[in-house]
Amino acid sequence: MLHPVGTGHYLVLSLALLLVGILGVLTRRNLVIVLMSVELILNAVNINLIAFSKHTGNLAGQVFAIFVITLAVAEAAVGLGLLIALFRNRETTSADEVNLLRW
Amino acid sequence: MPDGYLPIFVFLPVAILFPVVTLFVAKLVRPSQPTPSKLGAYECGIEPASNSRGRYTVRYYIVAILFVVFDVETVFLYPWAVRYKQLGWFGVAEVAVFLAILIVGYVWAYKKGAFEWV
Amino acid sequence: MTAFYTGTDHFAVLPALLLALFGCAVLLFEFVLPVGMASRRALAALTLAGEGFTAYSLYRQHSYLSSQGWPALTAFQGAVTIDGLALAFNWMFLAAAGLAALISYRYLETEGEHSGEYYGLLLFAQFGMFFLASGTDLIVQFTGLETMALSFYVLVGFLRGRRRSNEAALKYFVLGVLSSGLILYGFSVLYGISGSTKLSAVAGAVAGRGAGDPLIWLAVATLGAGLFFKIAAAPFHMWAPDAYDGGPTPVVAYLSVASKAAAFVLLLRLFLGPLAAAREAWQGLTVMVALASLAVGTIAALSQDNVKRLLAYSSIAHGGYVLLGLVAGNARGLQGIVVYLLTYVFMNTGAFLVLVLLRRGEAEGNHIDDLSGLMRRSPAAAVLMLLFLLSLGGLPPSSGFIAKYYIFLALVESGHYALAAVGAIFAAAGLYYYFRLVKTMFGGRELAGEPLAASMGTRVAMVSTAVVTLGLGLYPEPLLQLALLPVKP
Repeated sequence: MLHPVGTGHYLVLSLALLLVGILGVLTRRNLVIVLMSVELILNAVNINLIAFSKHTGNLAGQVFAIFVITLAVAEAAVGLGLLIALFRNRETTSADEVNLLRW
Repeated sequence: MPDGYLPIFVFLPVAILFPVVTLFVAKLVRPSQPTPSKLGAYECGIEPASNSRGRYTVRYYIVAILFVVFDVETVFLYPWAVRYKQLGWFGVAEVAVFLAILIVGYVWAYKKGAFEWV
Repeated sequence: MTAFYTGTDHFAVLPALLLALFGCAVLLFEFVLPVGMASRRALAALTLAGEGFTAYSLYRQHSYLSSQGWPALTAFQGAVTIDGLALAFNWMFLAAAGLAALISYRYLETEGEHSGEYYGLLLFAQFGMFFLASGTDLIVQFTGLETMALSFYVLVGFLRGRRRSNEAALKYFVLGVLSSGLILYGFSVLYGISGSTKLSAVAGAVAGRGAGDPLIWLAVATLGAGLFFKIAAAPFHMWAPDAYDGGPTPVVAYLSVASKAAAFVLLLRLFLGPLAAAREAWQGLTVMVALASLAVGTIAALSQDNVKRLLAYSSIAHGGYVLLGLVAGNARGLQGIVVYLLTYVFMNTGAFLVLVLLRRGEAEGNHIDDLSGLMRRSPAAAVLMLLFLLSLGGLPPSSGFIAKYYIFLALVESGHYALAAVGAIFAAAGLYYYFRLVKTMFGGRELAGEPLAASMGTRVAMVSTAVVTLGLGLYPEPLLQLALLPVKP
């Protein structure tokens, strides 16, 4: 049977987004796409926070989501900055060609 | 409670079929006379100078990063705006501190020459 | 209407506030000063002055709390708590940052990357750690964690002209943001369970649900994975050898001790706080991760010729020992964790310090052969390195012995005999790779090249790390007293 969209649905959606994001970070080799996958993870968190905030009637979750958005921007800025530094030295954005350090 | 989903199930086949049918019908009735200028990308009537998927300089990223950083900081001003009356002078002081930190960042970026187009 | 910023609030966050203030000042100070060596010295001096003021305000908190019999001082409606745990870790972060600032001057001069941002980021990272240790609200902890992590990503990639540094920073960044995302997801689930971001409220909700609840399991799995990443515990350790290898050595010294301790304090706040009621959900996971870290760290370190990489693997193994303290789960275990991390600050920074000394002119100073014949070339450096390696290996009379002793004592007292035995075996195996370094230093062929020259700051850092490492081994009483703080009611 179908039910009205509730907190459980949001939780499943956010879990799916989280898994897509983790897979993206771990398997994609282009660093810009990796950054986008990280955004997916953070948005999964945001969906959770807003859904729970609505569910419990507590506003702290929405405030938390604002902080998460800011974090997403800060991470993107730092990540792109590092990427540009690497690009200046070696003209690539592919994680495969990042190969000086091996264990 | 499937009632809530009924419009979606009605809309879904319509949304899928409409573009397919229109494109197919259009294909049947329209004349086909391709010329090079028709096939080219439309750029306000000017001949395209280069491939639109070409690379552009990394300097755009720096501008974009700076824009996004300062843009998103406004997000924090909205909750303050909503509760402006209740927070009173404390809210003003708090936002002043917040903006002061941003200004430190702005001055730093300005002095480092991040806004100059080198 | 509640008061927004009371005197207690101010008193509680003053140390962190000073760090932020000095961080901003260092950033802007650079533009006022003329370009030159004296100005760069002034930047380092301003940073150390900031650490001094912070130390004083931290000391005031310490003496206030001890005069009151160690109550937990809550501020900002329970979002920030200054208690024994927060103070013990804040002292740790202060020591690590102070030492890093001391040893950076000469290194940055050699690399030609000296600037205010470096010191600013150093202070901002410490600012984040202070809130990690004293935050008892999910939002505060999350903000602290990210302030620290973002500063560290940039610091690791600070040598912009070097590809190794770029790559190290990127690898650290990618895995770091992944782990932050996982931790954040865990936070969101904890918030969902309780409808509050306050840890005290979360604790009640978790206790009401019990360890078998799927949401609790989801929170433990994501939080655990994320935090074990930050601690660099196997199997989430992949970033550590790369980040340590490519990053600037003083930053790596700071990263290896402070960010590990910061991740541990978050782990303690969560797992011994709200999630203590769900111990069955994380106990097994922690045991496995601890054993995996011991095994991976010890075995991989055996074959390393790069000293920074070797120390990275050794730090993974050390993380395993500290996790064993968490597994023990008694008061002695918590005390052991603090003792371990505190001594680790000094002995590991000391070992990296010797590597900083070896970095001069063209010499990279990272390879094991660079240590060859160090005893004849620079006896002081060789003897100090011996002391730090002894301590890392856990041999008396160094403080590293006390640290391992307390962890094993906690394990035995809580009845984990098998774990204690396995830990002891790995500790013995670990001695092998430390002694490989010792053998090279004392036996190897003497190398030509520029002589080692220590700057004033490096000398101060050398003496203090050595004195603390040896002194606390011989007279551990103050260390144990400090480590008792978190255990106090």
